Amino acid sequence: MNPGRGGLRAAIDAGRFVVTAEIGPPRGADPDAIAAKAELLRGWVDAANVTDNQGAHVRLTSLAGSLLAAQAGVEPVMQLTCRDRNRIALQSELIAAGALGVPNVLLLTGDHPVYGDHPDAKAVFDLDSLQLVWTARTLRERGRLLSGRTVEPRPQWLIGAVENPFAPPLRFRAARLGKKVAAGAEFVQTQFVFDVGVFQRWMGEVRDLGLPERCAVIAGVGPIRSLRACEFMRHKVPGIHVPDEVVRRLRGVPADRVAAEGQAICVETVRRLRETAGVAGVHVMAFGHERGVPEILYDAGLGEPVHVSDPAVSRAR
Amino acid sequence: MPDSPAAWPRPALPRLSARATYRLAPLLRPNPVYRRIAGWLERHPRALGWFTSAEKQSKEALFGCRMCGQCALPATGYACPMTCPKQLRNGPCGGVAANGDCEVYPGVTCVWVTAWERAEATGHGADLQKLQRPVDHRLTGASSWVQYWQGRDADLWTADGGLKITPTIFRTERT
Repeated sequence: MNPGRGGLRAAIDAGRFVVTAEIGPPRGADPDAIAAKAELLRGWVDAANVTDNQGAHVRLTSLAGSLLAAQAGVEPVMQLTCRDRNRIALQSELIAAGALGVPNVLLLTGDHPVYGDHPDAKAVFDLDSLQLVWTARTLRERGRLLSGRTVEPRPQWLIGAVENPFAPPLRFRAARLGKKVAAGAEFVQTQFVFDVGVFQRWMGEVRDLGLPERCAVIAGVGPIRSLRACEFMRHKVPGIHVPDEVVRRLRGVPADRVAAEGQAICVETVRRLRETAGVAGVHVMAFGHERGVPEILYDAGLGEPVHVSDPAVSRAR
Repeated sequence: MPDSPAAWPRPALPRLSARATYRLAPLLRPNPVYRRIAGWLERHPRALGWFTSAEKQSKEALFGCRMCGQCALPATGYACPMTCPKQLRNGPCGGVAANGDCEVYPGVTCVWVTAWERAEATGHGADLQKLQRPVDHRLTGASSWVQYWQGRDADLWTADGGLKITPTIFRTERT
């Protein structure tokens, strides 16, 4: 890995429209699972998030997953949540990521264990996501731990955060991102955008606060591939807002066309986000359907045509 | 979702209106008399125990207080962030339902939605933008009033530095 200046950082610095995706690590001790997913994304994305026990379900750890992704040629964004670790373990993980050359970290609160496969686990939440961003910035800029002790050499990762423009209190969401930027976030990825209108209203407030100049706003998108997935997202996943218009469109096509319609909605969303002032890129979350990501990017005009002849992509098409 | 265990903190709806709380709060503001009382209490452990217990009873009844010992209420519309199941001190998580309910306790309003509404309604919305420093777990169970009167609460939160400089995360600057 190239410590210091990652592809994501270079893209943000150059003002290029950023594309990130997601790689969920496997439950088994299988080093090839990540390589297989990375293979599908390589060349199409600036970086891919490696999730941290997503949804509070046990998986291979995100630091190891990040190394495996890097080995497979995809720059990782190591996710780190406050759910499972206290401030000692969080800082230790951040230093490890720095030493191993992980170029980007994404710091978040994390889903509560009641949603996962171990609802009997202790929820830690020693720091909150803003405090973790602040801790990371302090580590990198000042070379200090929360104890005040010095860290030398300092880690060099880019610091990311998340925000959900669709969850109440809506009028506080831009200000909440402002707090994370004040604490040190340099890029932010958002929850799935299915309601572009609500997103654009939030983005207006984000622009008014002057945040896009200090923090690259990367909008989350993804295809809804079935009516069942749609219902699941609407009712079972906290914080996802699927507007009625999207549901109507998915229900309005024959069953065998739902996936294609979901994909078309996703592509339209990406196109509209590209035209939204202040949006620095898109983060494509495909929920185990990584092979569909290149096609979405290609259809949205975000991929090099040369990649379409790639056998992996041809299969997907 | 499985039944939410009672063990997790549960968002509390304050019993006292925001307006009334903001009107009453100045009565607790530090002054030389309170500081002397606090100093005396700290020299008399048994009295401190009674005092702390009285503080706990009243704040538990009014705000669902969990005795973190470093009270954030003045900066959160007097809705206690420690009653959030994730104990978030800096605002709501991304899992708040469209109707404002907590993701862990459906049917219970997110404490940060409550905080936002109370702070906005009384003209204190800007308080929520302050950066809350990490909790000191050594103070769990301690009297936050004594801490407050002794001036040890002064650095619990800070302004955002105008986005130009990152404010220091340390409560007391270390060199």
